[in-house]
Amino acid sequence: MSRVLRNPIALAFAAILLLVLLSATFAVVPETKQALIVRFGEPKYVINRFQPGQNFGKTGAGIIARAPFIDKIEWVDKRVQSVDMEQQQVLSTDQLRLEIDAFARYRIVDPLRMYKAAGSQDRVSEALRPILGSALRNELGKRPFAALLSPERGQVMQNIAAGLNRVAAQYGAQVIDVRIKRADLPDGDPLDSAYRRMASAREQEARSIRAQGSKQAQIIRADADAEASRTYAQSFGKDPDFYDFYRAMQSYQTTFVNNGQGGQMGRSSIVLSPENEYLREFRGRAR
Amino acid sequence: MIKFPWWVAPAGSSPSDGPLFNENKGGPWGAPGGGRGSGGGGGEGPRNPWSQPPRKRPTPGGNVTSLDDFLKKSRERFGGGGTGGGTGLPSLGGKPMIGYLAAALVVLWLLFTAIHRIGPQERGVITRFGQYAGTLSPGMQFSFPAPIDNVEKIDVEGIRTIDVGSVGASGGENLMLTGDQNIIDLAYSVRWNIADPELYMFQLADPDKTIREVAESAMRAVVARVSLDDAIGAQRSRIEQDVEQLMQQILTRYRAGVVIQGIAIRQADPPAAVNQAFKEVSAAQQDAQSYMNQARAYALQLTAKAQGEAAQFDKVYEQYRQAPEVTRRRMYYETMEQVLSKVDKTVVETGNVTPYLALPEVQRRQQPQAQAQAPAEAGAAR
Repeated sequence: MSRVLRNPIALAFAAILLLVLLSATFAVVPETKQALIVRFGEPKYVINRFQPGQNFGKTGAGIIARAPFIDKIEWVDKRVQSVDMEQQQVLSTDQLRLEIDAFARYRIVDPLRMYKAAGSQDRVSEALRPILGSALRNELGKRPFAALLSPERGQVMQNIAAGLNRVAAQYGAQVIDVRIKRADLPDGDPLDSAYRRMASAREQEARSIRAQGSKQAQIIRADADAEASRTYAQSFGKDPDFYDFYRAMQSYQTTFVNNGQGGQMGRSSIVLSPENEYLREFRGRAR
Repeated sequence: MIKFPWWVAPAGSSPSDGPLFNENKGGPWGAPGGGRGSGGGGGEGPRNPWSQPPRKRPTPGGNVTSLDDFLKKSRERFGGGGTGGGTGLPSLGGKPMIGYLAAALVVLWLLFTAIHRIGPQERGVITRFGQYAGTLSPGMQFSFPAPIDNVEKIDVEGIRTIDVGSVGASGGENLMLTGDQNIIDLAYSVRWNIADPELYMFQLADPDKTIREVAESAMRAVVARVSLDDAIGAQRSRIEQDVEQLMQQILTRYRAGVVIQGIAIRQADPPAAVNQAFKEVSAAQQDAQSYMNQARAYALQLTAKAQGEAAQFDKVYEQYRQAPEVTRRRMYYETMEQVLSKVDKTVVETGNVTPYLALPEVQRRQQPQAQAQAPAEAGAAR
């Protein structure tokens, strides 16, 4: 030790050498990554490979040793990745255009195959993206527009996921989920006509509400009329003859007495015959 | 930092403190003297500041002497007091200084990387050489120092919010299709927090973006099942619940370690382009209500009138029944009295004479009374 101490340059050199060697031998594999060991360009084995249902802490993550300078580590993400499909138009069987925006979630489950088939992880995404688009178009092209807006949508998504998964398996990936993010009518004509349809539907609704309102109002009035007439009938029906008399008296009152209130209207003169019932006693005829 | 003098320089503590303070007061000697003095303790043996000092502790006197020696030596070396201070610092500090500095750094490193204060709302996820090695609960917690263990603090209680769409006229509309092929403008926010910090950390490549995308997807899926009217009105809370459930289901399948606390629909309106038509509907509803109100008012009036008249008749009839003939007569005469007292009466004997009914004459008789009100008419009639 003392000899080395005396020669600090040698010490530093040795230390650096050791460090380089160590760093070339040992590597830390985090939980989020799978390490593919490539020896002279040939993929050998995978460390911390994804296993379904495995708990963290019991995975292959941790410090690993490899043959220095011979083995290269190719890092592959272990986490769930996403592929976003750019918005595209899909034509349904009933000739309606829809703008679809979807995403898929996948995970590299076989880094070895992925490395052989795609080379790198980005390439997998690039390969899956157009396939997702075409799978979507195919699947939705087989269905009417309304199917997208119904529980059937789940079935559609499962079909697409299954189709995509078949392709993804070739890249050592597993599709976890495919979802439609947006399904909108394209701007311009389709959207405008949808708006027009909505507006006209509302106008129709407004009219029908008004009509219903008047109908209800009329029914209420009719009910009231019926009720009133029932009340009258019940009461007056007890003695129609007296009612006739009573009502006549009221009527005379109204026509001859009270109508002066309305101004010069209805000044009336009455020409009576002495034969009149009222003037019966006028004559003083004896019984 | 508190532990530093206790561990590292206990030997120097009593003796070297003296010189240190002295020198500080005394002049430019402070730093080198102190450094050398405290370093002097370790300088004799192996330069290990950890093992050496405790042994020296019991003999502070000796230490003082050696320190004095140092002072003397250094004075000699620099040929006198005053000038040595500035230049002395680097060369005198030399190796022992580095040793202490290294020790201090080590302690600092330990303090900062091995002791963790986990707040009450946090969890600390330990990764040991990259491998997950447990989760720290709130409180003062320890782990292996830095290169071995890495602790990531994650806030698990804090509720995060993702807003989708915007309320009001500002910003674009967040349009989506409803089950009856209508279009609705929805703005909502998603509240979530982390349930499982290790899943949250290791499972998804981009958790926040994933949650947002899942929220959009789930909301659209749910809205596509209900009609526009339901989405605008009555079914809002059910939509919120359904979206929450669906999101939770999807995220659980991803093993995202996230709990959806709730969805709040902040706005559910028809798109601006058709808003007028929707307002027309509510206007129509108001109209219909007012029609019905008018009808009800009429009905009340009519019924009351009928009941009133019927009651009146009933009362009169009751009296009439007591003495029909007399009552009838009385009513007849009373009415006729009233009627005939208000009108002009002409009594004409009929029989063999054909009466000439001089209606113009009758009318003329009325004129004087009516003249005040309608003189023009009266003139014309004449």
